[in-house]
This record gives sequence, C-alpha cells and structure tokens, in this order.
Amino acid sequence: MEHYLSLFIKVVFVENMALSFFLGMCTFLAVSKKVSTAIGLGVAVIFVLAIAVPVNQIIYHAILAPNALGEGIDLSFLSYITYIGVIAALVQIVEMVLDKYMPALYNALGVFLPLITVNCAIFGAVAFMVQRNYTLGESVVFGIGSGVGWTLAIVLLAAVREKLKYSDIPNGLKGLGITFITSGLMALGFQSFGGISL
Amino acid sequence: MADSQAMKKALWGPVLDNNPIGLQVLGICSALAVTGSMQKALIMTIAVVLVCAFSNLFISMIRNQIPNAVRIIVQMAVIASLVIVVDQVLKAFAYEMSKELSVYIALIITNCIVMGRAEAYAMKEPPLMSFIDGIGNGIGYGAMLMAVAFFRELFSKGSLFDIEILPLVQNGGWYQGNGLLILPFSSFFVIGLIIWAVREYKPEQVEKD
Repeated sequence: MEHYLSLFIKVVFVENMALSFFLGMCTFLAVSKKVSTAIGLGVAVIFVLAIAVPVNQIIYHAILAPNALGEGIDLSFLSYITYIGVIAALVQIVEMVLDKYMPALYNALGVFLPLITVNCAIFGAVAFMVQRNYTLGESVVFGIGSGVGWTLAIVLLAAVREKLKYSDIPNGLKGLGITFITSGLMALGFQSFGGISL
Repeated sequence: MADSQAMKKALWGPVLDNNPIGLQVLGICSALAVTGSMQKALIMTIAVVLVCAFSNLFISMIRNQIPNAVRIIVQMAVIASLVIVVDQVLKAFAYEMSKELSVYIALIITNCIVMGRAEAYAMKEPPLMSFIDGIGNGIGYGAMLMAVAFFRELFSKGSLFDIEILPLVQNGGWYQGNGLLILPFSSFFVIGLIIWAVREYKPEQVEKD
C-alpha cells in the first residue's frame, strides 16, 4: 500500500506529466482559459489514462513483449501502433458518451476532444509504463496519478489565466504569449519538487 | 484543379499568418524537447514536413470512405505507419542521428499538427490542396522550431549547427554560456517572446477576450 501511495505522490508532483516532461502541452495551453473547462478536460484525461495504461500493460505483456506468444516471437516493433490504436478507440468511446450525456462539455471541448488521442501525456504515460516495467497494479496507480498530475497543472494554469485577465499586459503579449511565460514559470517552480526522493 | 493563388496561400500562410505553434497552438511538446540544437531541429522539421504532407494526401484521398465514427482510428493508422517508415529510413541512412532523435521521431505520431491538420483540413479538401497544406504547416512548424533552436543553441553553447560562433569561456573565449537555456523549459520563454514579436508586427493576431 505504502509503495502505491509513494508512486502516486511521485507521479503527481515530482514527475508531473505537463510541467516536468512537457507532455500534453497543446491542450494544456489551448484549453486553459476557464477553470471549469479545464476541470472537464482533466477528468476526461484521467479517465482515458486510467484505462489506457493498464490495458496496454496487459496487451504488451501478453502479446507484444519478446517471447510472450512463443519462443523467438518478438512483436515489440508493433508496439506504437498498438498503443495508439487502443488510445484512439478509448477516446472515441469517451467522445460518444460525452456527446450523449454531457453535450455542454462536449461543445466546450470542441476539436480538443479528438485531440486527446494525440495528447502526448497519454502516449507518453503508456511508453513510460513499458519502459519502467510496471506491474498491473502499479500501472493502474501510475495511470490515475499521471492524469491527476496533468489535471492539477492545467487547473492551476487556468486559475492563473482567469486572474491575468485583469492585469495590464502589453498588447502583443496578451493571450498565448503570456500563457507561455506563465507556464515556463510554473515549470520552473515544479523543478523544485525534483529534489524530493520517495 | 485549384488556382495557383490559393495554393500559394496554403503553402506560405502557415509560416507567419497562421503559424501552427504561434496561433493554432498545435505541436508544442516536441517544440520544447528538440530545440536544444539547430541540427536536431532541422531533422525534426524535415520529418514532420514529410509525415504531415503525406498523411494529409492519403487521408484526403480516402476521406469519402471513412465512416465518421471511426475517423480518428483511421487517421492514426495512416500517421503511425508513415512515422514507422520515417523511423526506419532514418535508422538505415542516418543511424547516429536516429539514435539521438528516436524518441522524438516516435512522438511525431502524437504531434498534434499532423492529426490536427488531418482532422481540420484533409477531411474536407481535395488531395492536392491537402498535400500543399501539409507541406505549408510542416514548414510553419519548422520555422518556429528553427527560430527557437537558433536562440537556444547560440546563447547556451555559443554555436550554430555545432559551428562555434561565440567562443565560450571554457574554451578560452569570452562568452559565458547561459545555463538556463540548456534546460527544456527555457523554450517556453523563448516561444513566448517570439510570439510577442510576431504579434507586434502583425497586430491582427492579438486575441480578444
């Protein structure tokens, strides 16, 4: 239990997907105008990650890993296309569910919902899971944790941006420019978690 | 056949007027990761231009056959196959470079420019225009990448394409390299400042809240 808890804390703060590995940046910058939208997207990302990482873990160890299907069979060159297939299918399901039950959120997310597929945070988390050889239990914790970390980062940025509306920013820097600088400063802040070892 | 005016617009528009990174907010992740040196940025640019152009072409050719509900999976399959081809070609002909870039080449699959253009443009337009749109967006992405890499490599290592421009103190020169610019998150600041400069030059890009 303790092991899972420290893994969770580590993924959320020390190895934050958005601010330490710069994964999932496109949606991170584009959908952080309002806290409510950011939370909606964050929940969708946690959901996709929590399923995609364990499912890919099972598929990798049952089929793709060297010698998994039989002696001398190595299908690991198919790994990327398999991961992306699983992720794309999951995103499509999330999209259909949201369209049916939460149309307001579906419209607010717009083109960024299909783009969760190419959200590098998800692909990156799956790749890290394989690289670090997580067990099934660990990969569940890792998937949820990295989703929570990413959500934390995007909600924080959205909150800062809501306040920024009232500040006096040079005209050309308004919008995207100041967002880049803000997230740079946030990344600088998150670097300080780097010294913590769990 | 589209007229040449429209083709020109699709090709050069994304460089300044509608930059994928600066305005459409697509493809940021790799922009942060591979901009430490000009050489890496150049190889990355070529790879993205090729993948983006051909994925737009193929997806546009089959756009009327793709059922709407599974379009994302079809697009990903096309893009992932193209990236595997690029990866294999790099491994065969530029092994040293591919070892240095391998992670980032695989991450082109998840580069939102490719997917974003397929979704926003190639699903609606005929193949030739989509092909040109793909090249244009790849070049726009590359222009931003090269600009960021230029500043980061010049001011952190004092060199461009590994050729010494500003002699470093460590090597007996006079230039003290900026350590902050070696770290990946410094590209946040560089991109932010470039966007500022572009928007001062083209005020119509400023966002209205």
